[in-house]
Amino acid sequence: MLTAEDKKLVQQVWGKLGGAEEEIGAETLWRMFQSYPPTKTYFPHFDLSQGSDQIRGHGKKVVAALGNAIKNMDNLSQALSELSNLHAYNLRVDPPRFSLQFLAQCLQVALATRLGKEYSPEAHSAIDKFMSAVASVLAEKYR
Amino acid sequence: MVHWTAEEKQLITGLWAKVNVEECGAEALARLLIVYPWTQRFFDNFGNLSSPTAIIGNPKVRAHGKKVLTSFGEAVKNLDNLKGTFSKLSELHCDKLHVDPENFRLLGDILVIVLASHFGRDFSPACQTAWQKLVGVVAHALAHKYH
Repeated sequence: MLTAEDKKLVQQVWGKLGGAEEEIGAETLWRMFQSYPPTKTYFPHFDLSQGSDQIRGHGKKVVAALGNAIKNMDNLSQALSELSNLHAYNLRVDPPRFSLQFLAQCLQVALATRLGKEYSPEAHSAIDKFMSAVASVLAEKYR
Repeated sequence: MVHWTAEEKQLITGLWAKVNVEECGAEALARLLIVYPWTQRFFDNFGNLSSPTAIIGNPKVRAHGKKVLTSFGEAVKNLDNLKGTFSKLSELHCDKLHVDPENFRLLGDILVIVLASHFGRDFSPACQTAWQKLVGVVAHALAHKYH
């Protein structure tokens, strides 16, 4: 469960990104495709070469959705409702791939490389919990 | 047997040469106990683990973190024989310590994040890929003797 302190930490971390959100989105996806090649199977229709417009565009979308979730942490279910439907009925990304946190791991690496020591254990914990909560909501309607 | 390209070996050994094993080990173990508090179940005799501050300052955590990462250093020296290198440790973790191998994966991922925070941009996507592969195969080697 996300405590009030967790929510504050998540917002703080996000606040430190200073407009680099789009870049972080693209980098997160690229790291994920490199470190976990099976994740590419969900994007056969994409140009997955480094720096591709599609990776940039999709990274931007993902980060915007996370940003929106962060603004609505008291009601993640509602904030992510559309995306939850999309992932359950349309995209059908294997649920364990959510809880196996490939995307979350790569997002955290992208954040840690930028924030260094500021990516404290407490911030790390809060972001990990937040991404876990997001994954749960997105997997809610699978069956 | 795991196949490593020359580039992967270079990315691993090159980074490892710059790692402060004591610091990174302590930090990785502390983060494991903080981010995944249920892992504290293996460390009942470590004393005060009541808060992130307590965990980070705990001398037993620091010492054990150093021990764990030093052992990890053996993996880096023996990339072509990880199962052999960790055979005894695998038996130990199963028979004596009773650690669910899932925890090796958790610690591996945390180590990657610790390296990312220390090395910043130098922890490139290619670097991360090599290290995610390494922590994965180390976890696998440590689980190999479980029965």
